[in-house]
Amino acid sequence: MKKVLALFLALAMIFALAACGKAAAPAATEAPAAEAPAAEEASGVMSYADYVAADLDSYVTIEAYVQAKQSWWDNKATIYLADADGAYLLYDANCSEEDYARLVPGQKLGVQGYKSEWSGEVEIVDASFEILAGDSYVAAPLDITAMLGTDELASHMNQAISVSDAVVADKGDGAAFFYNWDNSGEDGNSDLYFDIEVNGGVYTFVVRRYLTAPGSEVYEAVKNLKVGDKVDIEGFLYWYEGPQPHITAIVVK
Amino acid sequence: MKRIACLLLCLVMLLPLCACHGSRERAAFAVPERFDTSRSYEITFWAKNDTNKAQTAIYQKAIADFEALYPNITVNMRLYTDYGKIYNDVITNIATDTTPNVCVTYPDHIATYMTGADVVVPLDALFADPNFGFGGSELRFDGPEAGEMIPEFLAECRIGGVSYAVPYMRSTEACYVNKTFVEKLGYTLPETLTWDFVWEVSEAAMAKDADGNFRLNGQKVMIPFLYKSTDNMMIQMLRQRGAGYSTPAGEIEIFNDTTKELLYTIAGHAKTGAFSTFKISSYPANFLNAGQCVFAVDSTAGATWIGTDAPLLDISADKLVRFETAVLPIPQFDPAQPVMISQGPSLCVFNKDDPQVVLASWLFTQYLLTNDVQIAYAETEGYAPVTAKAQQSAEYQDYLSRAGEDNREHYAVKIAATKLLLENTGNTFTTPVFNGSTSLRDAAGQMIEDVTKSVRRRQTVDEAYMDKLFSSVKSLYRLDQISAAGAGAPAELGPLPKTSVLLLSALGAAWVLIGAFAAVGAAGKKKKR
Repeated sequence: MKKVLALFLALAMIFALAACGKAAAPAATEAPAAEAPAAEEASGVMSYADYVAADLDSYVTIEAYVQAKQSWWDNKATIYLADADGAYLLYDANCSEEDYARLVPGQKLGVQGYKSEWSGEVEIVDASFEILAGDSYVAAPLDITAMLGTDELASHMNQAISVSDAVVADKGDGAAFFYNWDNSGEDGNSDLYFDIEVNGGVYTFVVRRYLTAPGSEVYEAVKNLKVGDKVDIEGFLYWYEGPQPHITAIVVK
Repeated sequence: MKRIACLLLCLVMLLPLCACHGSRERAAFAVPERFDTSRSYEITFWAKNDTNKAQTAIYQKAIADFEALYPNITVNMRLYTDYGKIYNDVITNIATDTTPNVCVTYPDHIATYMTGADVVVPLDALFADPNFGFGGSELRFDGPEAGEMIPEFLAECRIGGVSYAVPYMRSTEACYVNKTFVEKLGYTLPETLTWDFVWEVSEAAMAKDADGNFRLNGQKVMIPFLYKSTDNMMIQMLRQRGAGYSTPAGEIEIFNDTTKELLYTIAGHAKTGAFSTFKISSYPANFLNAGQCVFAVDSTAGATWIGTDAPLLDISADKLVRFETAVLPIPQFDPAQPVMISQGPSLCVFNKDDPQVVLASWLFTQYLLTNDVQIAYAETEGYAPVTAKAQQSAEYQDYLSRAGEDNREHYAVKIAATKLLLENTGNTFTTPVFNGSTSLRDAAGQMIEDVTKSVRRRQTVDEAYMDKLFSSVKSLYRLDQISAAGAGAPAELGPLPKTSVLLLSALGAAWVLIGAFAAVGAAGKKKKR
């Protein structure tokens, strides 16, 4: 009897120790998942031309290939997609962290969501997607050097792009780049903004820290730019009240 | 031998009781009698700026000036541009005991931080301390006296009757109006806008010509009424209508008939295209400045982005149009009794093992309330200083009197926005703070976003839709799990962990066995007897 009692007491001790672990901290706020589009709204897969022709706020269904993953937070992912005819930005799509980790450039996705426009950027929002088996595709960057400053540029929104022989311009006070748009940020937690001069025009390009984090090759390379450097650039043609490419590579010539 | 074993067993039994205080508890902070200047202190300050380099420079100068006064204190600043990111980072760092020392915050957020014991320092004792409190004798700077803190702003930092923060800056929302457009449509701007007036003018602005251009601006784009923060929109509309939002204790009241009625009205105007939101379309200022909006509601702390001559612009010069900007209080249901929200950053101090470190943190916090910092920071945007000492100073009064002298420091729209708050401080309100109030605020805005998106997508907004919306928002923001136990009360803890169930079961079983053992022993004795 005493042995049984001792055994129970010992068990109680073990459970007591197990129960007295560190108190959990309050959980970070998770944004609620947007409601997935109703199944009955789904229709056939659209071509890129169909997508371009579709009205804003209309329901769209596309198939396209992952070009780059920009960010994941609270089960929302932002991803650059493309097919052979054009490109898409999938903004804050429903996506688990595990699924996001599985995404790689070239992978084919089936996407359903709503076509939307925010500050000129046309994107797919409130979307869900599935990874499709099959072929793989990564678009070659489109050289937009000659298109900068033209209306034609908007038709290539979100595409992988390149610019060659651009000259780094003075962002202000002799600086080649700013932390944030006005230099209000600091190293490590800011996007980098820099201006380039091409064909007599000046254009702002951005190192988006969610796409290419501090410490990445491109982030560090831009921090080392000097006014007057001649550069070749690659990136994606993001739009904010006009073209504002998110760059992924830069080479100082 | 049995007695020794019994004694050991009893001692061992006491151990779990000592261990069951959860993780390492930190003692509540007590104000030290003196500040030990023989030691060096390094404190971290998590600051928020509005992606405004003038604000960054003011923080940097404040730190340098403070360190000159207190050479034994080093302040390391980390800059954020988003309150939500600070909130998430603080929560993450509570778990690892690596919170900053001082942090820009909102009282709603503090209510969540307080679910950890003694994480945030209650400040009342520090406020009143004769040496280091407001106007304290040992301060090396000219800070505000207790009576010089604006009482409405200070009261916003009290949670459950205790001060857990000090206000840093205050703002409200303003309706920035393209007065030129309003008059072109044949209307005269009233002194105080009503919702009916704004909706009526907005619908009038939707008229198009035969080519599909809006008659008002000759462009293809026009969103007459744009709201930046739909959280605030719903909160203020409910307050103005005297409808439920939440009780001070945290009971959720937002899912009511008035909310539904407001959502129907909003949906009706979103359907015609007369209304949209920042999340759906973009910054109201961009549309207003491009002549694509008539009424833009945004924070007074965003005034430097508003208007033809705004010092900060996000649109290219060729898209900018000239118009006269009027700065008015947000639309009202009863213009005779205007009601508007009070918002803006506050500062909280995190508890640490060393009270001297906490005292150093408090000294820096209080330094941010000095006139030098208050006036300089307030002038970067349409903020109001939080002390009467700063508001009534000759320097600040001179600044206010020079509205329009230039389009930078004395930009007319910015100073008009500041005056709007200064003249309406008595008409401001804040919502109750409790663990979960951040979620409720998010939910309030989400309902406006949802109905607006739905009608744009040609979905039907009817009673069935509303019922589903209420239900899904309640569930998504876990509003059905918020306890109404009071401010700062922990959230519903859910079922006991398995280990706890096993522990309690084993302890119960042990007592049963002890009882049985004693009974058997007693019976045995009886038999022997």
